[in-house]
Amino acid sequence: MEDRKPDAEGAVEKDVSRRGFLAASGAVAIAIGCGGPILAALASARSSTKEDGPRWAMVVDTRKCEEKGDCMACSLACHQTHNVPEIDSKKEEIKWIWKEPYKHAFLGQEAEHMRHGLKELPITVMCNHCENPPCVRVCPTQATFQREDGIVLMDMHRCIGCRYCIVACPYGSRSFNWKDPWPRGDDNEPVDSPPNPDFPTRMRGVVEKCNFCAERLGTDQGPACVEACECEALIFGDLNDPESEVRLLLEEELSQRRRPELGTNPHVFYLV
Amino acid sequence: MIEKALTGSKRYWIWLLCLIGVIAVGKLCYFKQLSEGLTVTGLGRDVPWGFYIAQFTFLVGVAASAVMVVLPYYLHNYKAFGKMAVLGEFLAIASVTMCLLFIVVDMGRPDRIFNAVLHPSPSSLIFWDIVSLNGYLVLNVLISHATFSAERKGIRPPGWVKPLVILSIPWAVSIHTVTAFLYSGLAARPFWMTAILAPRFLASAFAAGPALLILICLLLKRLTGYDVGRQAIRTLGKIVAYAMAINVFFILLEVFTASYSGIPEHMHHFEFLYFGLEGNTVLVPWMWTSSVLSVIALVLLLTPKLRSRENLLAWACGAVFIALWIDKGLGMVITGFIPTPLGEVPHYSPSMIEVMIGLAIYAAGALILTVLYKVAVTVRKREPEAEWAERAHRMMVDQREKEAVAAGD
Repeated sequence: MEDRKPDAEGAVEKDVSRRGFLAASGAVAIAIGCGGPILAALASARSSTKEDGPRWAMVVDTRKCEEKGDCMACSLACHQTHNVPEIDSKKEEIKWIWKEPYKHAFLGQEAEHMRHGLKELPITVMCNHCENPPCVRVCPTQATFQREDGIVLMDMHRCIGCRYCIVACPYGSRSFNWKDPWPRGDDNEPVDSPPNPDFPTRMRGVVEKCNFCAERLGTDQGPACVEACECEALIFGDLNDPESEVRLLLEEELSQRRRPELGTNPHVFYLV
Repeated sequence: MIEKALTGSKRYWIWLLCLIGVIAVGKLCYFKQLSEGLTVTGLGRDVPWGFYIAQFTFLVGVAASAVMVVLPYYLHNYKAFGKMAVLGEFLAIASVTMCLLFIVVDMGRPDRIFNAVLHPSPSSLIFWDIVSLNGYLVLNVLISHATFSAERKGIRPPGWVKPLVILSIPWAVSIHTVTAFLYSGLAARPFWMTAILAPRFLASAFAAGPALLILICLLLKRLTGYDVGRQAIRTLGKIVAYAMAINVFFILLEVFTASYSGIPEHMHHFEFLYFGLEGNTVLVPWMWTSSVLSVIALVLLLTPKLRSRENLLAWACGAVFIALWIDKGLGMVITGFIPTPLGEVPHYSPSMIEVMIGLAIYAAGALILTVLYKVAVTVRKREPEAEWAERAHRMMVDQREKEAVAAGD
């Protein structure tokens, strides 16, 4: 393909400079195509949580949760508190905390002859508030971010609705507002008023998820789901506090986490 | 120069009107999507990206493939591509524009698009995609505009063009690499999390893009008499043949690793693609069509006797383009979500509105391409062909020699 006629003395030099071009091009290609993103990836692999100060975590005692069968108290309370709409379509529903059968929550860990009923046992799932959250890494606007206490939050006013975070989350913990969650009438006011006037409502086109009740942590209240659980199956606390209930439970009991092999370091722990 | 696009035959205007019609319908559909939300699409919480993002991915490849013409022409001084280079650059411009449009229509809050610029996040591959795609668009507009207007005036292109051309070559590779990184860095999606994704993207791009360019060139010759020359078509045909062979090889590598290792979360995606999963066989007929077309195309392309016949080459290129569109524009993105990380098998197919908006973006691309090609063909047909090609080439060689001498000093 290449034109290599040795017609002039300049041919060799031409070749050399051409090789130079190619080398330079290659270098630039690596710099643009790979270098930038790779450096950025390395930089972002670090967590932004602090060693001192609280590190919030949740323990789900599925044995206690099992007692009440199809209880949805946590989910109801959470969704009321955070104005999460009830959408009658599996495709578009918005969920902050809900139940998944064990075989889905712990995909790949189900066995043919495991404890009776465990495979189908509803497990309470929510955002794992990972130490290394893939959603935060991929967000193009820092609309989702990690606080120093480990809570992964959403700025729903900054979110551009690209849904990359949903794509990156290995737990299916994020929901998108496919339509207006609180349809508005002609006066531009929601037709059904959202249950909690103290918590903002969302617009269509943004992503949302469990926030570990960050808005309540400043007050004396714990997360709404924990408060609502009559079986005391949800235990919330500070992992950095050696006396905290979560810490003591994890030190005493055998716990498991969802997809730990992915390196996300989830901060929701399960006692099965 | 643009005034050349304002006069044309009846056929030209009817074609433009058709395209504008499709764009208008798509625009209405987009207004519906804007006012109701992405609920009007077939997307959902389990398949959050679909038709739009898949088209974006496919078209990034078409845009990048311009490098297959630009590189031999500018770096290797391959004269036969003289009349094709600008067609490739224009195709890149139209494709990148379509890519950007597909990104915008996929956004939930397009009104906040500038948040991505106001709060730049280098840890996100979207940031790098924005940089690389917009940069590539600017590069191609500058290069094609400068070289083309210089050529028209019969003068040497300005000195700054050459470094830009050199830069555009790795840049083309980078746009598709970054687009592959968008997918291949996600632990949640084992179907995409493979180091071979970027090379596979490039191989399929370098087959699909040049295949399209060959078809366009043959069409241009028939419609306008603008002939890029037999040699150019033949060489590009060879490029399609190699790239397609490498692409099929890469796909087989993926299939081997997934199926021999037997890891369910890797295997299930391929099962879904080629055999269906839990009754969801939506992509199966498409994928087998793609496979059959790939084999037919490879037979035609790898046999020199067949490849050198222009009509067979056209069929082969059509087969390559459709096969790769199915592979990348349908299979690649959707399958990453099926099954979900929780092991469920959701259903997705694009809604009518989604398809109409997609068609409108393709029509917009075709419109840009038509106008640009109209200008190029009209300008070049005015003077004896051999003359300008010779002149353009001479200018390039002169400059290169000068540079070489300067470098030698």
